[in-house]
Amino acid sequence: MAKEGKLFRIAGPVVVAKEISARMYDVVKVGHEQLMGEVIQIVGDKTVIQVYEDTTGIKPGEPVINTGNPLSVELGPGMLTSIYDGIQRPLPVLVNKMGDFIKRGVDAPGLNEENKWDFKANVKAGDKVNGGDVIGEVKEASITHKIMVPPKVSGKIKSIKSGKFTVNEVVGKLDNGHELKLKQIWPVRAPRPVRKKLAPTIPLITGQRIFDILFPLAKGGVAAIPGPFGAGKTVSQQQLAKWCDAEIIVYIGCGERGNEMTEVLTEFPELQDPKTGKPLMDRTVLIANTSNMPVAAREASIYTGITIAEYYRDMGYNVALMADSTSRWAEAMREISSRLEEMPGEEGYPAYLATKLAEFYERAGRVNPLGVDEIGSVSVIGAVSPPGGDFSEPVTQNTLRVTKTFWALDAKLAQRRHFPSINWLTSYSLYLETLRPWYKENVSDTWADNVSKMMVILQEEEKLMEIVQLVGSDALPDKQQVTLEVARLIREFILQQNAFHEVDTFCEPKKSAAMVESVLKFADLAEEALNKGVRIVQILEIKSKNKIADAKYTNDYIKHLEKVNKEVQDEFAKLKV
Amino acid sequence: MKTMKEYKTISRVAGPLVFVEKTEAIGYGDLVRISLPDGTIKNGQVLDTSEDLVVVQVFEGTSGIDKETRVKFLGETIKLSVSEDMMGRILNGAGKPIDGGAEIIPEQKLDIIGAAINPYARETPSDFIQTGISTIDGTNTLVRGQKLPVFSGSGLPHNEIALQIARQAKVIGMKENFVVIFAAMGITNEEAQYFIKDFEQTGALEKSVVFLNLADDPAVERLITPKMALTAAEYLAYEKNMHVLVILTDMTNYCESLREIGAAREEIPGRRGYPGYMYTDLANIYERAGMIKGKKGSITQIPILTMVGDDITHPIPDLTGYITEGQIVLSRELHRKGIYPPVDVLPSLSRLMNLGIGKGRTREDHKVVSDQLYAFYAEGRDLRGLVAIVGEEALSERDKNLLKFAEEFEKHFVTQGKNEDRSIFETLGDSWKLLGAIPKDELTRISPDLRDKFYGKDIKDTKVEKTETKEVAEKKPKSKKKAKKK
Repeated sequence: MAKEGKLFRIAGPVVVAKEISARMYDVVKVGHEQLMGEVIQIVGDKTVIQVYEDTTGIKPGEPVINTGNPLSVELGPGMLTSIYDGIQRPLPVLVNKMGDFIKRGVDAPGLNEENKWDFKANVKAGDKVNGGDVIGEVKEASITHKIMVPPKVSGKIKSIKSGKFTVNEVVGKLDNGHELKLKQIWPVRAPRPVRKKLAPTIPLITGQRIFDILFPLAKGGVAAIPGPFGAGKTVSQQQLAKWCDAEIIVYIGCGERGNEMTEVLTEFPELQDPKTGKPLMDRTVLIANTSNMPVAAREASIYTGITIAEYYRDMGYNVALMADSTSRWAEAMREISSRLEEMPGEEGYPAYLATKLAEFYERAGRVNPLGVDEIGSVSVIGAVSPPGGDFSEPVTQNTLRVTKTFWALDAKLAQRRHFPSINWLTSYSLYLETLRPWYKENVSDTWADNVSKMMVILQEEEKLMEIVQLVGSDALPDKQQVTLEVARLIREFILQQNAFHEVDTFCEPKKSAAMVESVLKFADLAEEALNKGVRIVQILEIKSKNKIADAKYTNDYIKHLEKVNKEVQDEFAKLKV
Repeated sequence: MKTMKEYKTISRVAGPLVFVEKTEAIGYGDLVRISLPDGTIKNGQVLDTSEDLVVVQVFEGTSGIDKETRVKFLGETIKLSVSEDMMGRILNGAGKPIDGGAEIIPEQKLDIIGAAINPYARETPSDFIQTGISTIDGTNTLVRGQKLPVFSGSGLPHNEIALQIARQAKVIGMKENFVVIFAAMGITNEEAQYFIKDFEQTGALEKSVVFLNLADDPAVERLITPKMALTAAEYLAYEKNMHVLVILTDMTNYCESLREIGAAREEIPGRRGYPGYMYTDLANIYERAGMIKGKKGSITQIPILTMVGDDITHPIPDLTGYITEGQIVLSRELHRKGIYPPVDVLPSLSRLMNLGIGKGRTREDHKVVSDQLYAFYAEGRDLRGLVAIVGEEALSERDKNLLKFAEEFEKHFVTQGKNEDRSIFETLGDSWKLLGAIPKDELTRISPDLRDKFYGKDIKDTKVEKTETKEVAEKKPKSKKKAKKK
């Protein structure tokens, strides 16, 4: 048995080699063209390999070489603003090397090897350092990129120098001979270690009213967005990538459309981060493995993405990772599994689907990094594409068991052009309780009360609508007609948000809260009026309430809402019994 | 080049598959030539290769193959001979001429398994294609480089609609029209004749390439037909700078063939017996639509599929919808009402619509008008159920208006003639006429300034068209420059 063997069988992305000794998940080079592959099964003297590139034309008998290393990514300055494929090959470099189409047999390092970075050391010879400790920093895009000792490495600094370095040059040495560079290498399938996991008590502000008010996600939390095609998964994911208040965004296009990735690529550099005013692209790492790129690389893309996210978390940053879509990832697993002729679980998915999903989502979290005092976090937002929009399928169900925020997309709402088409009755967030103190302190005292008030109204509406379907709304008692009207205002004014309007695309929590306040105030006034004996028709005819909606389109919402509140009040005051 | 051996070592024949033993090392995906004792030649492709056994999928079916049959491995993958002379020709599903004309003299021989376009090399599609059909232009706009399928059912007029699009599609302000590549998979001879006759009548055939795999042609051949068609499309688009419109019909037949092969290989089936890799397989077809930076041509795809039992959640439309950039859904109910084209706008969608419309491309009010039409039509349709129970008298004024709106929308916006080519400005004008029946302040999806500009005004379509087209023509190059700078 040796490092080098021969190919025995080729059937699509899965090949079998013999006469090679390999460990599970070792990276191997397959065939004369040295295509990249990974060991996924060992049976007797045969080794089963999934290949990250197209295998057409490869013959039995061609050589297979074991690199002896697991699938890894290069971590270091230069990842921000990059766009990678599923195994961290930079796509622009691939265009230079092989043209407009993805061909095979080309290797490209994840980090630019020629760029010089201005490194400022902040430790000195003699200092004792452990894994995760910061030895210096460089400026990358919009952030300070902290250069850390790789986890599991420790020792005394023997030498270190500041200056201009490439990622491969040695900036310092430990007394045990370990060379410190700007880059480190980490196997993608292993989570990077942390000092301590913390409770998620701070929300990830998304600028989307329905998320921020009704179903918030915590920094370090996990959310799932399932929905049938056309319900707005991708638009929602992109809205989150654009406006959420994380410092770093990792966006994984996993088995999705090429044109969508191109859209992100052209749009992000032109948009501004509302916090820093810099281009959104400056804080973004894109991973694009479109649906027609090799399926094994699609399986790897999720791990590549989360490892990069963990690396920035270790510097003490808040990272948000969007995976669009985890169903495609699960399908890639299913495809590979069926080619291995493994005994299938539910709907042909491998029996280990639940474990893999849980392992992935567990890599999210709010943590004390190994060597940094700042708290870092990785929030994960996974899109799920259930076949036929049926949420009872295995990927959605297994995802729900591990995620705490559930944003259910609804095709019916999308068809009505109600966007974001999140169903307010089936969605939930289990972070509401833990986030309550933060909202109280930072948004408004009444936040929690208003949320439950709104949910009651929306739920009541659902019940009343069933009756209305049978007898028409006129047959309802006045009080319930008011409920219906208020519910309509909540839906149209608060929950609907126009992603394509320059102001409405981002709505800060305070603004959301103020709009909610105005709508609920109308509800109170209406109830009061009813009690006084005003007729329902008069209440429904109040014109000024419609102006609450215009707050969406203005940044000067405080003044606007004050004015509208007053008008509504005046109009009520004028109503005759 | 070494001489190619012929093998007589067939060990098993099952469905469309032939298993060959004791071969030399054979490449995965290689082309295979099979000679039957009676002199018939069949073609195949290697699906699985190992030292012990090679599995070959035979395109023309395995009937007549016995143990005496000789198998030759050609050492290359399937290729299509391409040249500009392909235009005006009718080929079979495997790319051989069947119109009685001469063989095509190849300028190039291209691998039919196209490589994926590097997402970084893609150009964002943004050129509005005017199809002259209101339900597409107005509410589900098609743009150049998009893949927009038609989800139909058996007996619905999807062919007529596809032809109408092929006939009328144009980019406003540009002279060049589309080259149409038509790939038929498992459709009947009659349907094929219908297409060809229409192409001939309108003179479109000269600017078309037709690939025909008919219902009685080998089912396995269907698996390569769309790949052949797209290879030809890529050649014409990226090497010859043409704008290509590819019509693939019927994708349902393609998927059936895929299932057949999967079953013959005894693979573990996914949903409803379709192979687990069907998503990837379909993506390899649909993702070949697009535009590339620095190349003039483009590929726009209109795949047509018939939904089994009109079920949109069936795996074929379901997986398709997850890959394509929207869908045009035809409705049996509208068809029964005698409405042509029976496009059900509610489940229809164009994901790239926003890139192709708006000021400088179509008109500033396009998006909001479309949203407003959707919202009212959805509400109006819901009310129909209510009216059936409580009667129209019980409705409020607003509800009565909306009910009427839904009716008028179907009658005047959806319905149009098979040869009626409406300009986008006519479509938008009609929309405002319909919206005019609703009180102005109820148009909540439309911002107040646009409401003031367009509401209740009978805008002279032809006039607007001219000025607007000018604007399009002027603005275009500017925006291109901008994009380059960045």
